[in-house]
Amino acid sequence: MTTSPYEHHEYDVLIIGAGGAGLRAAIEAKQRGLSVALVTKSLLGKAHTVMAEGGMAAAMGNVWSEDNWKVHFRDTMRGGKMLNNYRMAELHAKEAPDRVYELEQWGALFDRTKDGKILQRDFGGHRYARLAHVGDRTGLELIRTLQQKVVSMGTDVYMECKVLRLVHDADGRVAGCVAYWRPTGEFVTFAAKAIILATGGVGKTWKFTSNSWESTGDGHALALWAGAQLIDMECIQFHPTGMVWPLSVRGLLVTEGVRGDGGVLRNSEGERFMFRYVPDMFRAETAESEEEGDRWYEDHNAGRRPPELLPRDEVARAINTEVKAGRGSPHGGVYLDIATRRSAEYIQRRLPSMYHQFMELAGVDITREAMEIGPTCHYIMGGVKVDADTAATSVPGLFAAGEVAGGMHGANRLGGNSLSDLVVFGRRAGMGAAEYIEGGQVATDFNLAEAEAAIAEALAPFENTGGESPYDVHRDLQEMMQTNVGIIRTGSEIADAITQLETFTQRVKNLSVPGGRAYNPGWNLATDLPSMITVAKCTARGAIERKESRGGHTRDDYPKADPEYGTINFAHSMSGGRWDGEITTERSPLLVMPPELATLMEEGN
Amino acid sequence: MAEVTMRVWRGDASGGDFETYTLPKNEGEVVLDVVHRIQATEAPDLACRWNCKAGKCGSCSAEINGKPSLMCMTRVDELPEGPITVTPMKTFPIIRDLVTDVSFNFAMAERIPALLPPPMPADGYRMFQEDVQRGQEFRKCIECFLCQDVCHVIRDHEDNKQHYAGPRFLMRIAELEMHPLDTNDRREYAREEMGLGYCNITKCCTEVCPEGIHITDNALIALKERVVDAHYDPVAWLGRKILRRPKRTAAEAAVQPAP
Repeated sequence: MTTSPYEHHEYDVLIIGAGGAGLRAAIEAKQRGLSVALVTKSLLGKAHTVMAEGGMAAAMGNVWSEDNWKVHFRDTMRGGKMLNNYRMAELHAKEAPDRVYELEQWGALFDRTKDGKILQRDFGGHRYARLAHVGDRTGLELIRTLQQKVVSMGTDVYMECKVLRLVHDADGRVAGCVAYWRPTGEFVTFAAKAIILATGGVGKTWKFTSNSWESTGDGHALALWAGAQLIDMECIQFHPTGMVWPLSVRGLLVTEGVRGDGGVLRNSEGERFMFRYVPDMFRAETAESEEEGDRWYEDHNAGRRPPELLPRDEVARAINTEVKAGRGSPHGGVYLDIATRRSAEYIQRRLPSMYHQFMELAGVDITREAMEIGPTCHYIMGGVKVDADTAATSVPGLFAAGEVAGGMHGANRLGGNSLSDLVVFGRRAGMGAAEYIEGGQVATDFNLAEAEAAIAEALAPFENTGGESPYDVHRDLQEMMQTNVGIIRTGSEIADAITQLETFTQRVKNLSVPGGRAYNPGWNLATDLPSMITVAKCTARGAIERKESRGGHTRDDYPKADPEYGTINFAHSMSGGRWDGEITTERSPLLVMPPELATLMEEGN
Repeated sequence: MAEVTMRVWRGDASGGDFETYTLPKNEGEVVLDVVHRIQATEAPDLACRWNCKAGKCGSCSAEINGKPSLMCMTRVDELPEGPITVTPMKTFPIIRDLVTDVSFNFAMAERIPALLPPPMPADGYRMFQEDVQRGQEFRKCIECFLCQDVCHVIRDHEDNKQHYAGPRFLMRIAELEMHPLDTNDRREYAREEMGLGYCNITKCCTEVCPEGIHITDNALIALKERVVDAHYDPVAWLGRKILRRPKRTAAEAAVQPAP
C-alpha cells in the first residue's frame, strides 16, 4: 500500500515498547489472528518492567478471604485521591486475578502459600495482603514469562529500534511510524492498521530517578504530536525509598516490600516518625502506636496497619519534611530499618535482590544495618487519555496501555498496581486494536512527508557544527526539573520552569553530535530530548494550573486538596505535528462514578 | 585528586584498538559510571548497552580486566590499582565498541518448545514452595549472557554455535524439565537438539553468573543425570518399550501448542 524509500514493513498491529503492557498486547492481538510486530529501543526482556520488585496486586483472596475486587477498587480510588478514571480502576480490580492465573499457565512461578496457592504480600495502601510475587523480583518474572510466550507464538520483534514519529493517512488516522535502527543508524518505516503505545514512563527527565535510560516519555510525546491528549501530567510519583548513597546510584529503587515485610522508617533521632504524618483520610485505618502496628503484621484483625504503609505520596512527603527539619541521615535521607525487626534468614529469603543491591553497591549488610533512603522519581500517573474498555485514544487507530496511558491511577498509584495495570490494559489494548481493525475503517495510505520531516530533524545534529552536546542539555534539564518541578512545588518555580523550557527547546534545536550513525549514544540521546522536553512542558503546565496539593502533585503555596480540582483533569493537546509546537491546556471533567460504585467509597471509613 | 584510568576497546567489525581515558575518581562509582562520564565528556559516541544500572536487566555485560562482568555491578574501588581494561564480550560478533551482536541467544530461545501445562482447575493450580523453588533459582536469570560469553565450547569454537545452545538455554530446558506443570519430556531434545553433551562441566558459567545461580550443579548436571536416566537406564528402556512412551518425545515436544 505504500512506496517508502526506506526499509519498510507492514503489519496489522504495531506495538511500540516491549515491557509488560506491550508484550501482553502482542499476545492478545496475535491470538486474534492478526499480524503483529513489537518495536523496542532495547533488547527484548530489558524493559523497565524488570525493575518492578514487590509484586502484582490482584484481589485473589488467597491470604485474606475477605478480599475482593470491590475492596481493591476502593483502595485504588482512595490511593489515587479520587482523580482516577473510575472505569479503568474498576476493570483493573475485576480482571487482575485472571491475568495473574494466566501468567501461571504461561510458566510463571510465584511464591506459594502453605496450601499451594499463590502467596500474596502486604503493600502500602492495600487493605489486604494482595500482591502476587516472586521474592523481590516480580517484574523479571512477569517480563520473562510474557517474553517467552510472545517468542513461542512466533511474533516479529524489532530490537534496538527507536521510533521518531507516528505517521497519519490523509484522513488523520494513524497509518504507521518512522524509526531508526540503533546498531546501524539506518531509517525504517512501518505501516500498520493500528498502533499500540506501550512505551512506559518519563523518569529520565528528573535528576534522581529509579528509571532506566529508556524512560524518556517517547510514547507520551508521540501521542501528543500525533494529536492525542495527555492528562494528569503533573501527577508524578516520587517513590519514598530510593537509595541515596553512593551518589552514583542515588535514586535506585528500594522495594516497598521492605516495609510490607516489617521494615520501619526512622529519623536521625531514632524516632518512627510516620506516626506524626497520618492524614485524616487514612486515620481510621492506621495504627496509633508502634505496638498496634506491630500486632497488625501478625494478625490484620488484631490492629490497624502501621503508617509506614500509607500510600507512597504521603510517605515521600513525610521523609522530605524530616530531612528538611534537620533530622535526616548523613547522606540526606532517613533510615529504613528491617535489620532489628526480622531475622537475617527471613530478610535474605524475602528480599534477596535488596540484600544483594546494598551489599554490592553500598557495602551495607541490610540484615545488620539500616538502609539510608530518600524519595526518587519513579512513575508518572499522567499519560495518554484513553477509553477504559478499549485503550483507544482520540486519534483513530492509536491505542495506549501501561504507564504511558493516563487515568488508571489518578493522582497517586498504589504499589503493586502497575504490574497488574500492564497486563489488564495490555490485553485490552490488543482487543481494542483488533476490534478497530475488524471495523474496517483503517488507514489506506501513509503520509511519507511526515516521515521525511522527522528524519530531517533527527539528522540535524550531524549537520550542525559547534552546537551543544546532548549530554550537557540533558544534565541541565534534569537539574532544572528536579529543582523547579520536583517533589514539592511552588508557583514561582514552576513559572520559571515554563520559561526555561522554551530556552531548552532552542538548545535542543542547536545540538551537535560527533561520530557516525551506527550505535552512537550521543545521537540517540539527541533524538530522545524532544520527547523529554515535551513531557516536561506538559508536567509544568499541569503543575501551575493545579492550584492544590493532591497525590503526586504537592504545592507548598496550596498545601491542601481543593474540591474544585477534584473533578477535573488538565488535558494537553497540540496541533501542527511539530515537536516544538504550541501546547494547549484545558480542563477536562472526570467521568462520574455510578451510584453503586460510589457507595463503595463510603464503606469502612 | 585521585584519578581513574580506563582502557576501553573501541572499534567495529573491521577492527579497533584501545583508547585510554583518565578521569577524576568519584567515591562509590561502578565501571558503568566511568563509561558514562567518558560519554558525557570526551567521547559522546562511545557505544555501550545499559538499562537499569542495578544488576537487574543484564544489558551492560562486558569483560572487565578480562573477566566477564556486569559494568553496573563492578565497583571501581574493588578492582586492583592501575588502569581498568574494558572490552566487549568475546563470544559474540562486534557491533561497535562495547556492543556485541547477541542475536545467537535470541535464536536459541526461539527453538525451545513452550511450557505445556495441563488445563487449569477453576480455582488455580496447586504447587508447593519446595516444588517451585528449583525453577525459581533458574528464573532469577537476567539474560546478561555472561555464561554464554565465558563458555569455552562456543567462546573458542565458533562452529559449535550451530550445535550447542550454551549454559543459559540448557538451564532454561532444565527449568522447564523441572517445572511442576510441564508435560513435555525435554531430555532427548536437550541431548539431540541443544547439544547438552558438549558441556563438560568446567563451571565457568557458574563463576561469572551475577545472580549467583548454581548453573552447573543445579541445572546442567541435574539435566545430564536425567538424560542419562532416560537414555541408558535399562529399566526405563524396557518401560518405554512396554508402555509405549509415557512422556512426549523430542519431536512431539517441538510442536508448539496452538496460541
